[in-house]
Order: sequence, then C-alpha cells, then structure tokens
Amino acid sequence: MDFQVVVLAGGFSKTLVPLVSKEVPKALLPVANRPVLSYVLELLEQNNLKDLIVVVESESAALLIGGWISSAYVDRLHVEVAAVPEEIGTAGALRAIDHHLTASDILVVSGDLVCDVPPGAVAATHRRHDAVVTTMLCSNPVSGSTESGSSGGKDKAKKHYNIIGLDPTKQFLLHVASGVEVEKDVRVQKSILREVGQMDIRADLMDAHMYAFKRSVLQEVLNQKEAFQSLRRDVLPYLVRSQLRSELLLNGVQSEENGNDKDASQNPKIVLSQLLANASTPSFHELHALGPNGFSLSPRKTHKCCVYIASKSNYCVRLNTIQAFSDINRDVIGDASHISGYSFSAQNNIIDPSAVLGSKTTVGPQCMLGEGSQMGDKCSVKKSVIGRHCRIGSNVKIVNSIVMNHVTIGDGCSIQGSVVCSNVQLLERVVLKDCQVGAGFVVTAGSEHKGESLAKKEK
Amino acid sequence: MDPRRYSRVIDPKVRQVGFCPRSGQVQNQSGPTGPSTSPPVSHISPSSNSLSPVMIPPPRHPSDAASRAVNVPATATTPLRPRRPSFDDPNNNSSSTEQLVVSSYNPDESVLGTSPPFSGIGDDRDGDAESEFSDNSVNWIRQNDSGRFPLSLAPDGRFDSAAAKEKQSKKPQVGSRKERGGGQTAEVRNDLPSESKPLKEKTSKAERRALQEAQRAVKAAAKAGGNKSKAASLSAHEQTNKAAKLPLQRKDDGPVTSSAAVSERRGGERPPEKDRKKDAPAPRMQFDDKNRVEKAKKRSVVKQTEARNRVELFRHLPQYEHGTQLPDLESKFFQLDPMHPSIYKVGLQYLAGDIRGGNARCVAMLQAFSEAIKDYSTPPEKTLTRDLTAKVNNFVSFLIECRPLSISMGNAIRFLKSRIAKLPITLSEAEAKSSLCSDIERFINEKIVIAEKVIVEHAVTKIQDGDVLLTYGSSAVVEMVILHAHKLGKQFRVVIVDSRPRFEGQALLRKLVKIGVSCTYTHINAVSYIMREVTRVFLGAASVFSNGTVYSRVGTACVAMVAHAFHVPVLVCCEAYKFHERVLLDSICSNELGDPDAISKVPGRMDINSLHDGTNKENLQLLNLMYDATPPDYISMIVTEYGMIPTTSVPVIVREYGREHLLI
Repeated sequence: MDFQVVVLAGGFSKTLVPLVSKEVPKALLPVANRPVLSYVLELLEQNNLKDLIVVVESESAALLIGGWISSAYVDRLHVEVAAVPEEIGTAGALRAIDHHLTASDILVVSGDLVCDVPPGAVAATHRRHDAVVTTMLCSNPVSGSTESGSSGGKDKAKKHYNIIGLDPTKQFLLHVASGVEVEKDVRVQKSILREVGQMDIRADLMDAHMYAFKRSVLQEVLNQKEAFQSLRRDVLPYLVRSQLRSELLLNGVQSEENGNDKDASQNPKIVLSQLLANASTPSFHELHALGPNGFSLSPRKTHKCCVYIASKSNYCVRLNTIQAFSDINRDVIGDASHISGYSFSAQNNIIDPSAVLGSKTTVGPQCMLGEGSQMGDKCSVKKSVIGRHCRIGSNVKIVNSIVMNHVTIGDGCSIQGSVVCSNVQLLERVVLKDCQVGAGFVVTAGSEHKGESLAKKEK
Repeated sequence: MDPRRYSRVIDPKVRQVGFCPRSGQVQNQSGPTGPSTSPPVSHISPSSNSLSPVMIPPPRHPSDAASRAVNVPATATTPLRPRRPSFDDPNNNSSSTEQLVVSSYNPDESVLGTSPPFSGIGDDRDGDAESEFSDNSVNWIRQNDSGRFPLSLAPDGRFDSAAAKEKQSKKPQVGSRKERGGGQTAEVRNDLPSESKPLKEKTSKAERRALQEAQRAVKAAAKAGGNKSKAASLSAHEQTNKAAKLPLQRKDDGPVTSSAAVSERRGGERPPEKDRKKDAPAPRMQFDDKNRVEKAKKRSVVKQTEARNRVELFRHLPQYEHGTQLPDLESKFFQLDPMHPSIYKVGLQYLAGDIRGGNARCVAMLQAFSEAIKDYSTPPEKTLTRDLTAKVNNFVSFLIECRPLSISMGNAIRFLKSRIAKLPITLSEAEAKSSLCSDIERFINEKIVIAEKVIVEHAVTKIQDGDVLLTYGSSAVVEMVILHAHKLGKQFRVVIVDSRPRFEGQALLRKLVKIGVSCTYTHINAVSYIMREVTRVFLGAASVFSNGTVYSRVGTACVAMVAHAFHVPVLVCCEAYKFHERVLLDSICSNELGDPDAISKVPGRMDINSLHDGTNKENLQLLNLMYDATPPDYISMIVTEYGMIPTTSVPVIVREYGREHLLI
C-alpha cells in the first residue's frame, strides 16, 4: 500500500524517572509483563505491516531495544533499529532518518502507544482525502480513580489540555493547541474560520501520536524549518496553520497545473480535475482554492490536514506519565483485557502455572502473576501486576500496584498504588502508598513512605 | 423503426434529424450550428426555424439513404401517412397535408417556438394534449413490443443475444417497411387492446422470473445447436416473446424475407460479435437469491451486512447496513495486499460518497487503473494479457463491492479489457503498459473531456435570449452548458430543481449565482408550478439505453414528464460512451439503493425525526432509490458529441460508434 512505518520509541524519558533507568528505556517498560513497545509492534503486525523502522534516542537504548526486538520478533517482523542522538525531538528524529524514507506516505507511530485502533483506518482516511497529514485523535483517558492511583505531584500540577478545532464534518483539523499554550488565550486563525464558517472546539480529544504524513511534504517541512523539534508541537501546528496558504510543493497534478498556463479551458488536465472536483463534495479547501468567485485563474494552494477520531469503544492511551503507566497496567489486565493477548482464568486473573502461592493467599480478579514468582502465606493481591521471579513473603498486601521482575518483598509489607521496579528489595514491614521505587533500590525495614519517589542516586 | 418513428409524440423536434457519416459531423462541430449551416434541413421542412435541432445534415439522396440500414429522414416521411387519418384530432387535420408528408408537421411546434409558450397554444392544448396522452400510452407499449428487442425484459444483461437479434430483425424491417406501409395501421390498431393491458403484468416479479427462465432455456438450446439452429432458436424466442405479448407478424417475415442479407451481414461481423460475447459481463447478481448472496459474501473483501426490511420489489438489488462498510474497509487497509493503493483509494471514495456523478466516477476509476497498470509487472511464467485481465477483474469486483458500477464505467471497463486482449504479443511489457496507459488517457480525453466540449457547443445553440432553462439536480455537462451560454453573453434565466436528500442542486446554484446568472431554486414538489414559465429543460443522464430510455438521478423522469405535459422541450445531455445496447423498460430491474437513513432522517429537525427511531420496525420499509428511467416519449432529444439525436437514434449510435469504443 506504499506506506512506510516509523515507530518512535523514544529513549530514557525524563518524565518517567524513576521508572526508566539505564537498563530499562521507556519502550521496554513492562505493561502486563510485556514491554510497552510490543503492543505497538503487535498491532502493526496484525495489520500486516512487517517492515518497520524503529527510531530510538541514544545508542545504548538502541542496543537494548534492538536486542529485545531481535529476540522476540526474530522471524516475524523485519525491523530496522535506528539510533539518533538524545534530545533531538520527534521531528529531529525523523530528520535524522530522512534518507530511509522512500514510500509515498509515512505512518509515524509513537512507541508508547497502547491501543487497538487499526492503523489502517488512519491510513485510509489519509488516502481518501489525499491529505498532507492525518492524525489520530482519541478521547481523553479518564484518569480513573485518581485518589487511589495518584502519582507524583509534579506532573499533576501541569494539567495537560489539548484544544482541537474541527470542521463540522469532523474530518479536518483546523486548530491545535496543547499543553502550556492553553494557559494563554486561545487564538484561532481568522482566515480558516472564515472559510469554514464553523468550528468545533474540543477539549476532550487527545492526540494519540499516530500520524500519517505525505513523505514529500514531511521532508520538505523538516528541511526548511530547521528549528522544528517536535512533530506535535511544531510540525503539526505549522501544517494546520498554513493549510489555506500552503507554501508546500505538493507533488502530482496540483503543482503542475498551478504553474501551467492560464487558459484553463484549453488544458484537458485542468478540465479533468475540475470535473472531478465538481462531482465530489468540495471541502472548504477546494472552495478556498477556487477563490471568491469560483474561477480564479491561479488557484490558491491549499493542503488538507485530516483527523481520524477513534471511536469511544476503542482503547487508546499513551504511556507518557507515571500516572498513565499505572493506568495502562490496570486497564490492560482489567477493562481492556483484549489488548493484552493473554487468556484469563475463570477468576478473571492470570497466574502463571509456575508461580507458587502460599496457603491462604488470595489473588483477586484483574491481577497478574508472572512466572516463577513465589508468595508466602496469607498474602492478598488486588488489581495488581506482579512480574517474574519475585519473592514475596507472608502477610503482604498489594493493592493497585505494579511490581516488576526480581523484586524481593519482605514479610508484612503493604503496597498501595505504587510502582516497584525490578531488583528492588523491600525489607520487612515496609508501607508504601503512592510511591515509585527505582530499580535496584533497597527500602529499609519498617519505613513508611507516602507519595514519594525513591531511587538510587545516579552516579 | 417505422412504428416507433411515427408514434413519437414529440415528433416535431426530432423528425428531421439525420444521422450521417462523421465527415459531415466534423464540419458541423467546427462551425456554429443553426439553420444556415444545414440547408438540407431547411428545404425539407419549411416550418423549421432556428429551433431545429438538426446538427447533422441528412444524406443527400433519398435513394442513398434508403439503402442504409437505419435512416431517419427517409423513414420519417413514409409512415406518417397511414397514421394521420386514424388520428381524428381537429388540430392535426387542420395542418397542411404537404407538411405532413414532408416533415410530419405537428401543431405542437408552436409550443417550441421562441415565443412564450402559453401565448398561442391555448386552443390546441386541450384537444391535442389529450389525444397525445391517450396515444402516448399506446405508443409506449407498441414501441416496446416492436420486436426489435425481444429480450427487453431480461433483467440480467443478456445483451449479446439481444444485439444479435437486433441485427437480424432490423434489416427486415427496413426492407418490408414500404410494402407494409398501407396495412400497418390496421394491424397495429388491432394489437392495441390486447397490448395495452399487460403492461402492468410485465413488471411483476413472477413474470419476469418466468421469462428469464424461458430465455435461459432458449439460450442453452441455441448454444447447443450452434449457428445452424439459429432460426430454430429464433422461433423459440418468439415463443417466449409471445408470452410478453409481442406482435407476431413482424417476427414472421423478419428472418424469411431477408435471411440472405442477414447471413451475409453476419458473416462479415462474426469476430466482433464473438468479442462482444466474451466481454459481456456475467448476469447480474440477483440479491434475493439467498444461495448466491451467501457465496458472494464469502469471497467479498468488504464485509457487508445486508439491510433488513428491504422493499419487496427491490429485493434483487444490493442494500447494506450503512455505516458498517467504511470502518471495516478502513481497518483492512493494510491487509489487502493484491489491491493497488490507487484502486483502494477510489473504492474508499466511492464508499464514502466522496466521488459522485457518472463522469467523475468513471474518470477516477480509469485513472486508478492507469496507476495500477503503471506499477504492474507480469509475474514469471504468466502472460501479461491473461494476468492483467485477471487483475483488472479483481479490481472491478472490489469496486463493485464498494458501490455498484454505473453503465459508463462498465463501458470503460469493456474498452480497457478489449485493449488488453488485443495487445500484440510482440510488445514488451513496458511498451504494452505504456500503450495501455495512453489508451486510457485517450479514452478519458476523447470520450469525456472533448465529448463534453462538443456537447456544450451543440447544446448552447439551443439557448436563446429570454429563455428560461430548467435543470434538475446537478449535472456536470448541463452546468458547463449554462456557464458557456453565460460566457457567450446570452440572456437567460435558470430554474434549478432540487430534491432531498442530497441537495445536489445547491452546489450548482452557488456557482451560477456567483457568476451572476439569474436563478430560481426550488424543490421537485414545485415542479408543476414552475414549469409554466420554463422554455427549455436540460437534463443530465447516467446512461441512455438503446430503446431511448434515459437512466438518471431519481426525479428526472418526473421532471421530464411534467415538462412534456407542459410542452416544454426536454434536452438530455449525455456523452455517447454512456450509451448502452441494453434495453430498459422500468426502474426496477436495474437500479441502486441508497442509504435508507438518508430519507428517514431530517437533519436539524428533531421534532419530525420520529421515523428514524422506528427504522428497525418489522413493518416499515424505507426505499431510497437512486435512479429512475425516463421513457423516451418525454425526451425531445439527446445531445451527444455525435450531434443532437432523437431517442430513436440511440441504437444507431450504439451500433455505429459502439464498436469504435473498442477499436480506437
């Protein structure tokens, strides 16, 4: 179908410290005991997209991710892992792999996306409208049960809003503003508003970071605007802003006929394109291009920015905050269990056969227990994910938490709404509430923590 | 053609139309057309004014003309005589016999004059219109039964045999026309009582079924017997046709009197006919046949849910639950490997309704094919001709799943396939591909773009200062005609009639108002009111069938009928590549069903949308018909790139130029 897929896997994200570490880049964070990247790769594989480019920030992360991909998808996918320098931004990453892009359209997917929306739908919308960029929007995740699972205070302060303007048919993107910009006034471009006549402003939609770009346009924009760093913050708003006064050289017929002679009736190509334009319901782009009287001799250049809005029934979340990390983990083994690919037991949980449970230990529904894990007596696990080869003592309570691999938990601990990374040791009677414990950390016996982020000092 | 000729109610406008070799036509296209450039016309008929639709001068010599298989001017004179006496209308009798003889003059002419229609015709309106109507129903039947298209009722496209029959029976008619001229009136009159009744029955489903069954059997027999038993099969056909109340006498002397001529003709024509048989699509799928629907579903790409509660009469047409197809097709975007992206895109656009209109759909499809052919490479151990044909078939069936093909698209596909089949083996793959692409480009250019230009040139001559034009919906060609007329500085007004649910006319309205044409916009409910002030009706067409039926956006027939009742000439603008040799009598056999929600929902009116809640009720059936068939009686002429022709001349175009599609 002439599409190339680029997965932006990121590197060692700063917002996710202490979950990510030198050993675990963002893409390999476990979601229901599988790296988050595997969800994207499997979604693509299901849709018959087997030639992928995975772009990773920093060499060391690329080595880790490349190693994991080659072991997990050795003969299923054809993946090229490209390493780009850190802090280069999504746009920069694409600029760096510019020479790899050959197909007519590029599908850019964020590696931290956990969703079940077929990428084909985005691509099809893109093709149907012959758009320059098509972005997938999904409804904002309801940050469920904030009290129980609330995470570190710092990303809570900065509320993440997206203001998205759509045309009445909900097919075209007219306005994007996000994050900090929203704190200021919302400025809507008059020219666009005048052409469209009506704009729906939505705050309940989230950019899912799945874009389809026209390659020629993407490359042109990236080359011309050196300062652009991020697709979401720079490239997309630029394309949306300039959609009615396009400076892009769109390939194909349009640019040709713009430059050509003025005698419209003589050129069969123009007649033909007019014929096609007449028959289809014109979008405001075409109306604008034709000018105020419908017969401008040199049509104004326009390009289309489309959206695909995932339906509410689809699951679509990005793992970009610690809050999202615990939400996704909970959802994947809970409400959105079809994504996980596991088969659930009758009790609606997954307990690996090799796991050992002590007497009077209960594992509630929507829980997951990885292989080789051992639990002592009288433990209780609710709505939590426990990784592989954990050793958990007796009388331990784990609620709404994520415990990664090789964690040792002493007797009498209580863990609530927390994330415990790999190789952590919790000594006896530790009480954690809404904490994140970085990899390899040792929590002293009897300590109580609430809403803290515990990690080893980086050397 | 004689029975059809003189029975035509709208004779005055079409009577002098000749059909002539292209050399004459070319001249006509270049210069402005009118009475001055067609001297033969003006001297044949003294009554012809600038309104004469003749674009093509008729053949110079009547004798020469008579030798041609179909010659309209020659036939127009003879058959009129017998009819007139039986027509005891004072108005008609008052017209001079001289005019009757030469030009079948009809007082209706005054209606068509440049003067406002209602000034001078008050007197003949009553009597004449009435007699016309009564006569009309008769004509309609007789014309259907003229025996030229014995398979006219077959709902599946079995035009190959129909075409063969057509050839056989056409000649004899021409030959026997003169001798029969005198007695014909009586014969025809005798037929009438028996004929006029079964019209209703014909359309009933059971009967169509029975007829189809019989034809199937006949066809099988004919195939088994080979060419030798052609006569036998013909008689068998007669048997079937008798069921459809066909007059016998014409058939009987058909094969007998001119069998020599027929066989001679057939001998020369065998190869193309064979081709045609090959090209003819398989019988159309009947969607009320459960087994076949199930089978088709298994191999279909697009997952479709059949809509429940379809209207009884239209069960044979596909109708799907709307809104399920698009998301499904979208999600399969990357899974359809064999489909070329451009084909996929076009299919998606059909399905989503982004591309509408016969021409646009056809052009989009051809361009997609061209793209696909460019990217095509023959797999090893396969020949390009075979493999590409299979590929194209694949593409076509995918497109059909997205939306049923239009006739014009069918013709274009036929053209493409024949080009593929005729590729010389010596050509290398690259050469073959580029030759096909240039063929496609030429088809688009010649058959659509240039054809439209020529049509505009022709049609614009029919617009005069002070005219009030009426158009229905939005037809690209009609729009071009109006724009061109405006550019030429003609002073006229346009009435745009529109209808729910698509309101296609609004786009046209916007364009016309922008450039300063004075417009009236109304809905089809008001057409009978607005028709009083109209002097010309311009309509577009999705297809024109060889009995003259115009297949177009639903509502067209209504507009044409009202216009006919008000004696307003109806001009249909249609490119010749949309002509089809099939015969269509009703809008039931072949049609398309749209989204039923579109008619049950009224956007912005919550108070009257109660109907929508009950869509799933057992006893509610919604019918959103897309097309209808306008009987030829209501159409004054058809404007094509080959000139302005009466509806009776459609078979001539199909025969003379239809093959040219395949050969260019």
